[in-house]
Amino acid sequence: MKIDKRQRDGATILDLQGKITIGEGDVALREAVHEAIGAGAVNILLNMGRVRTIDSSGVGELVAAYTTVTNRGGKLGLFGLPKRVLGVLQITQLVTVLDIMKDEDEAVASLS
Amino acid sequence: MSSPVPQTIRLRVGNRYENIELVQAILEEVLEPLEIDDESRYWMDIALREALTNAIKHGNALDPRKKVEVALEVGACAIDIVVEDEGSGFDPAAVEDPLAPDNLLKTQGRGIFYMRKFMDKIEYAFGAAGGTKVRLHKKFGGACAGAEGDQGGTDED
Repeated sequence: MKIDKRQRDGATILDLQGKITIGEGDVALREAVHEAIGAGAVNILLNMGRVRTIDSSGVGELVAAYTTVTNRGGKLGLFGLPKRVLGVLQITQLVTVLDIMKDEDEAVASLS
Repeated sequence: MSSPVPQTIRLRVGNRYENIELVQAILEEVLEPLEIDDESRYWMDIALREALTNAIKHGNALDPRKKVEVALEVGACAIDIVVEDEGSGFDPAAVEDPLAPDNLLKTQGRGIFYMRKFMDKIEYAFGAAGGTKVRLHKKFGGACAGAEGDQGGTDED
């Protein structure tokens, strides 16, 4: 799992690439989100466009990130989800609670 | 495409997350010549990951001295993936529904649900001396469609 961090219009965007699976991507995601928060990030957007696979541990990390950010008064959004990754979230009805947007522009606009 | 030659591949791996990738690569190799669509391959991969995660994390409690046994049983029209740990077992009926409103934002508890969704059938067995064995069954499409009767979409756990 490779994660790049950048800023746009006051949001911290994490570009994720690879697998969000147990023992690898899940830990990397957790650390990246906590690092961003530690650096002062309030609103965080996860670019999921290049996430190939996600398992239940990865889903758990998404939920943990969402809870952590929202409990601090911020917003956490996801965008660009590949069809199968979106399917994993749909099956467990997480699309009803997580903020999932089609693309980056929509995700950034949702924060204003 | 001709029917696959029935075969069983058995593995005994150390209780480490890194071995999930190893077993997944072997499953990919086994599935490669079979008449299975990409979607099914993808979801089988996720189901295998969940079964191995449960064995390593919950069954064997991350104990590096323990092992996980895997059998990939390829039949003429279906594959069974069997994952067995050396833990103390659990009650599948006691696993909470991840779709219940109070559970939606829990960070754990979705693995078995995903296995049920992505495979045609899952069954649990528990050894007298401990250990949990989960059997994940998936029938092939193509020329095999319907060969096993109307089992698609069931989960009998």
